[in-house]
Amino acid sequence: MPSATRVRWAVIAVTSAALVATGCSSSNSGSSTNGNGVVRAWWGDPANPLEPANTNEVNGGAVMNMVFAGLVQYDPKTSAPSNANAQSITSSDQQNWTVTLKPGWKFSDGTPVTATSYVDAWNYGALSTNKQVNASFFQYIQGYNDVAPASGSPTAQTMSGLKVVNDSTFTVALSQKFTTWPQTLGYNAYYPLPTTFFTNHAAFLNKPIGDGPYMIQSYTRSQQMQLVPNPDYSGTNKPQNGGINLIVYTDPNAAYSDLQSGALDVDNTLSNTAIKTLAGGPSGGRFLNTPAGIIQTISFPLYQPQWSTANAALVRQGISMAIDRDTIVKTIFTNTRTSATDWTSPVLGDAGGFKAGLCGDLCTYNPTKAKQLIEQGGGIPGGQLTISYNADGPHKDWVDATCNSINTVLGNNNACVGNPIGTFADFRNQITSQKMTGPFRTGWQMDYPLIQDFMQPVYTTTGSSNDSHYNNQAFDNEVNTANAAPDAATSVSDFQTAEKMLVTDVPAIPLWYQNGTVAWSSHVNNVMLDPFSVPVYTEITVS
Amino acid sequence: MGRYVLRRLLQMIPVFIGTTFLIFVMVHALGDPVAALFGDRAPDPAVAAQIRAQYNLNDPLWLQYIKYMGKLFRWDFGTTFSGQTVTSQLAAAYPVTLKLTAVAFTIEVIFGIGLGLLSGLRRGRTADHSVLILTLVVISIPTFVTGYVLQYLVGVKWGILPATVGFDVTLQSLILPGIVLASVSLAYVARLTRTTVAENSRADYVRTATAKGLPKRRVVINHLLRNSLIPVVTFLGTDLGALMGGALVTERIFNIHGVGYTLYQGIVRQSTNTVVGFVTILVIIFLLANLLVDLLYAVLDPRIRYA
Repeated sequence: MPSATRVRWAVIAVTSAALVATGCSSSNSGSSTNGNGVVRAWWGDPANPLEPANTNEVNGGAVMNMVFAGLVQYDPKTSAPSNANAQSITSSDQQNWTVTLKPGWKFSDGTPVTATSYVDAWNYGALSTNKQVNASFFQYIQGYNDVAPASGSPTAQTMSGLKVVNDSTFTVALSQKFTTWPQTLGYNAYYPLPTTFFTNHAAFLNKPIGDGPYMIQSYTRSQQMQLVPNPDYSGTNKPQNGGINLIVYTDPNAAYSDLQSGALDVDNTLSNTAIKTLAGGPSGGRFLNTPAGIIQTISFPLYQPQWSTANAALVRQGISMAIDRDTIVKTIFTNTRTSATDWTSPVLGDAGGFKAGLCGDLCTYNPTKAKQLIEQGGGIPGGQLTISYNADGPHKDWVDATCNSINTVLGNNNACVGNPIGTFADFRNQITSQKMTGPFRTGWQMDYPLIQDFMQPVYTTTGSSNDSHYNNQAFDNEVNTANAAPDAATSVSDFQTAEKMLVTDVPAIPLWYQNGTVAWSSHVNNVMLDPFSVPVYTEITVS
Repeated sequence: MGRYVLRRLLQMIPVFIGTTFLIFVMVHALGDPVAALFGDRAPDPAVAAQIRAQYNLNDPLWLQYIKYMGKLFRWDFGTTFSGQTVTSQLAAAYPVTLKLTAVAFTIEVIFGIGLGLLSGLRRGRTADHSVLILTLVVISIPTFVTGYVLQYLVGVKWGILPATVGFDVTLQSLILPGIVLASVSLAYVARLTRTTVAENSRADYVRTATAKGLPKRRVVINHLLRNSLIPVVTFLGTDLGALMGGALVTERIFNIHGVGYTLYQGIVRQSTNTVVGFVTILVIIFLLANLLVDLLYAVLDPRIRYA
């Protein structure tokens, strides 16, 4: 392979030339151009290869949403789902669904988007040998356990629940009733894939091809991606600009310096210092601080005997009341968080299942009652509370402040201490292998704007992200009832009935909802953030 | 001389194996990287098992190391979790860092030795005091402070030079990070040069050369400086490797996608392949730089010979 040889030579040349390093010749240009209505935007290096079912973090997700369009899309302001590529998604029993596609949709390589594009993509995403990190999103489809068995090799290559009827229709059989299932389909794991994904996988990863508002013009890994409007796009989110240059930054401060010096247009990774300056005002109002579908919590290891007793529940309630959320939000986060009063997020809206104040007294700072409850429950198990967090993220400040708040309430400077764990990987590893002995920080960023996403994966017994290993049969039953409800409104209210159980059981303490922040240059207008705190790139105009 | 070089090259083999093994063990001590790939979600057991198998994570550590080294000798550095080959990462990051190092090293040599010479020849006078105070200030301020302050003043406020480097690596954009990266070493070089120059300026051979009636310029450059450079060259040689590895802070501040930053990403994401691959190359550079320094002694001082 000639290209591999070239890389190899480059490395050899580099190593041998190390000592006689030559000067600097100016390399290829193009990234700094700013003509033709192109928006230069901050970007971070995606953690996984750019495949729809393999992208689960915000940087890769931003690109997926620009390059792909799926069956359903969410309104950037209200989070309300609406059909994108789907003509209709119907079911008579909330379990067997028929999906019909709009006609005439094409991928940017000219091939049509058909029922097969979805069925093949979903089967690929679910098959465990393809190592897609979003595989569990297909777990509700019949036959998932055959393509991704908990142990051993898959016994089938495709899921029995997926059937292509004709070019524009396919049917999906779920393994359980799931009323709000169509509303989940805006998540990037459910995007369709063109044939070239399967025939020339390596080329696809270098330059993904989708059916979305933008297509990729060039992509240099870990450096930048240039996106231009896709002329074949048939949806409603037509780009209002000439393209987006996503520029990878090593550090939020470097991006902010570029924003200040005019080399960057949209910056949604602001550091605390930058936010303090921007919130102070002189930026000409080019700054936005708006809620996102992210809630931060402190979870308890309920698998540890000392944390699972009836008395421990009182202690957990007491700890929650001992946290002065409002003060921490103001002083540590410069109001880029909002004190939580339930276990979902305000971006869902009332119709989507957000209910302010559902948490009640539990989320209200009450030093007297907090102390009383903790003492009534026999004090903190083990005598000292440690709150674990990953030290490679920006968590130390608020964990210390939270501990400080608890310590003040208990009148003991050593009642609570932070416990930093080196890396996120190690931290997650200790959580998933049930090695935690005390509470630890947890965060949940929604995959789709539905109360179901805040409840089922996080708090049901078999939930894929039930880090506290909360196990309450009544809760599970209520979730099943909610999923089988005949309509979305009933489903939402059933989920809220389940959510109320969390007030007494407290598997996790709601802390605050995270906001998204973005600042922009005078060169662009109409910048806003969607409920996932990603800029709505298509709407940005260049002046 | 040839035998000496050969012996030194052979000595590199155990050093090389030792360092790579240590790095390998250290990265693994951070724990299982697979959990982090799934974010806040618990890994799907089926998928996690497949990923572990792909990266040999189920094998005992020594076997993983042997498998890794086996591939390395076929110049296969493996891939990262994001599906990128480490060779392509190396090819992208090293040229950038080499450019930065070259700029920093040039600044360090020219200004470090220049200031040191000036200060050493004018001991006790204003020039000497200014250099001493200046270098003291530079040494005592942490690099990231110098970096952010210079970036803000020169790049953002006055707009003289680009605030960051980014995708388009130009000589102009590297000047600011080059100064920041060079600053501390520059101060050491200046002080080191000053001391040896001051000491040697009273030496017999300098007095002889002056007495012979040689022009001052020749005395200083050919006799005084050449003999004073031996400790400075030792420092510069080891510093070359340190500059490349230590560029982490500078690279982050100025958005340079070089060795320091890629290495940092590798550690954060626990990509063993990236970390060991980059460190392997760094070790080779370090070893070669040291060899070159030792050989340069003989050039500077002909009395030093190698058998």
